[in-house]
Amino acid sequence: MTEVLRSEWTKIYTVRSTMWMLVATVVTMLGLAVMASVTAVLNDLPKSPDPIKFTLGGTQLAVLLMATLGVLVISGEYRTGMIRTTLLAVPRRIRMLSGKVLVFAVAALVTSLITILVTFFASQAVLGDLGTTLGAPGVLGALVGSALYLTASGLFGLALGALIRHTPGAIIAAICLMVVLPGLVQSLPGEWGPAVSRYFTTTAGQQITFTRPVEGALGPWEGFGVYCVWIAVIMIIATIFLRRRDA
Amino acid sequence: MPPDEVSSALGGDAWIMITAKNLTKRYGSTVAVDGLSFTVESGQVTGFLGPNGAGKSTTMRMLLGLDHPSHGSVTIDGKPYTQHEHPLRKVGALLDAKAVHGGRTARNHLLCLAQSNGIPASRVGEVLELVGLSEVARRRIGGFSLGMSQRLGIAAAMLGDPEILMFDEPVNGLDPEGILWIRTLMRDLAAEGRTVFVSSHLMSEMAQTADHLIVVGRGKLIADTSVQEFIGRSSQRYVRVSSPKLPDLVPLLAGGEVAMHDDHLRVLGMTAAEVGEAAAARGLPLHELRTVEPTLEAAYMELTQESTEFAAVTS
Ligand SMILES: Nc1ncnc2c1ncn2[C@@H]1O[C@H](COP(=O)(O)OP(=O)(O)OP(=O)(O)O)[C@@H](O)[C@H]1O
Ligand SMILES: [Mg+2]
Repeated sequence: MTEVLRSEWTKIYTVRSTMWMLVATVVTMLGLAVMASVTAVLNDLPKSPDPIKFTLGGTQLAVLLMATLGVLVISGEYRTGMIRTTLLAVPRRIRMLSGKVLVFAVAALVTSLITILVTFFASQAVLGDLGTTLGAPGVLGALVGSALYLTASGLFGLALGALIRHTPGAIIAAICLMVVLPGLVQSLPGEWGPAVSRYFTTTAGQQITFTRPVEGALGPWEGFGVYCVWIAVIMIIATIFLRRRDA
Repeated sequence: MPPDEVSSALGGDAWIMITAKNLTKRYGSTVAVDGLSFTVESGQVTGFLGPNGAGKSTTMRMLLGLDHPSHGSVTIDGKPYTQHEHPLRKVGALLDAKAVHGGRTARNHLLCLAQSNGIPASRVGEVLELVGLSEVARRRIGGFSLGMSQRLGIAAAMLGDPEILMFDEPVNGLDPEGILWIRTLMRDLAAEGRTVFVSSHLMSEMAQTADHLIVVGRGKLIADTSVQEFIGRSSQRYVRVSSPKLPDLVPLLAGGEVAMHDDHLRVLGMTAAEVGEAAAARGLPLHELRTVEPTLEAAYMELTQESTEFAAVTS
């Protein structure tokens, strides 16, 4: 297995799309945070009850970038035909997919953590008195939580990529499941809307990115756990198909 | 998993390295491979021949665990490909030279393959040298010509110094120099005792490279034989006779099938000796009498044209 991990690590850093997606994630997070902070300072906004309001504004966009990167890790191999070369080298398909998942998860978590910390300190530097500290209640938890959320979202993309095997299809599925449907479900009539919506993908998952629990929503870890179940289910379906289908 | 020992036409010890049993593959209503059984031995080049769409690539994909057979089984040195711990050290395969991620450099492409099978990174430089791609090792493979991609695919196949090599139409897109290079490489690999299994739809190519032939048509086995036997068995072998008394000669050749040409006859189904003796018995003069061996190409065309009419003939 360590051999597969080394190989997948080499694969992930030797294609340019990985680097570009990571750069895009950093730029999005950092750019939006710095702009929001500068605007807040210039307009002399009052101190927000949410201490990281101006810091993590890029998360929702970054989530989609991470999901896209996750999709590409595997759909890129199907597009080029490289998957067949990969399976000749590692014919045990579950081992192959586990290698990709592990390497991607670690790479995504490390980049997300670094990006979020850099973003936090950059926006604090701009905010001055309007800002907060790492030690303030809920702040560190929200930052780490956001990194976990970004990582999980990347794995969401990877699972969809493995299942759908087609880049545009998988990206569209990711946008639908992570952005469009959570919005639609929320506006379901009657009691249904809020009841179902709480458990729906990103609505549940993003609870871990807040400094304080949200009224009517799942708790941070509860929500994140539900998000992980969504990902696990898609991953398991993808694995079953991966074993059965011709490459 | 001791392989079965078999006697080899080449004299030395040969082993059965690849076995397909009753292999069948259906895609919807298409039967791409239909009850194919064969074995491939070490120490020789085995040509896998058949017209377009005969099921060669499909068979190779099943041998390598990429496609699942609808029926039947395949083993590589005694067990399924997918059960080899380090398959690249057992089998080197080139299926589709363009099936690589164009964004990687040649070196990195080979490096990730090497790492996955515990092959030392130093081997990457060696195989690049072997196929003559050292100069472009750090270029992205997306920009490679088909010939360069083909060489890279062979480098990948050679990475684990495998006992078994499988090439699907390796000469596609190569210039004459490249073709000669591959042909020599395959012969050398077989001479080292390795198993070389190579597909082609060009008989002329196989005639110069292969020792043994497995011929398929419409997914079925048509012939499994040595190249020499394959030519010999063909009904296209005929006796060419010319004589100033051709019309008198024809009635004497009832034992064969006679075709009239401008100045000679072609007799199928009789030996030159039989024709000569028949003529001598009546005192007819012969100006020419010789056996014309069919070309491999002709034998192959004959077999595959109506492939379903031919029952499998195994040696
Ligand atoms: N994935 C697939 N889905 C559906 N049909 C397929 C698939 N792969 C192959 N076939 C069909 O199976 C048959 C055998 O194809 P295959 O590619 O194995 O032939 P081949 O002998 O390699 O031919 P060629 O000399 O052209 O490479 C063809 O009729 C082809 O259309
Ligand atoms: Mg083919």
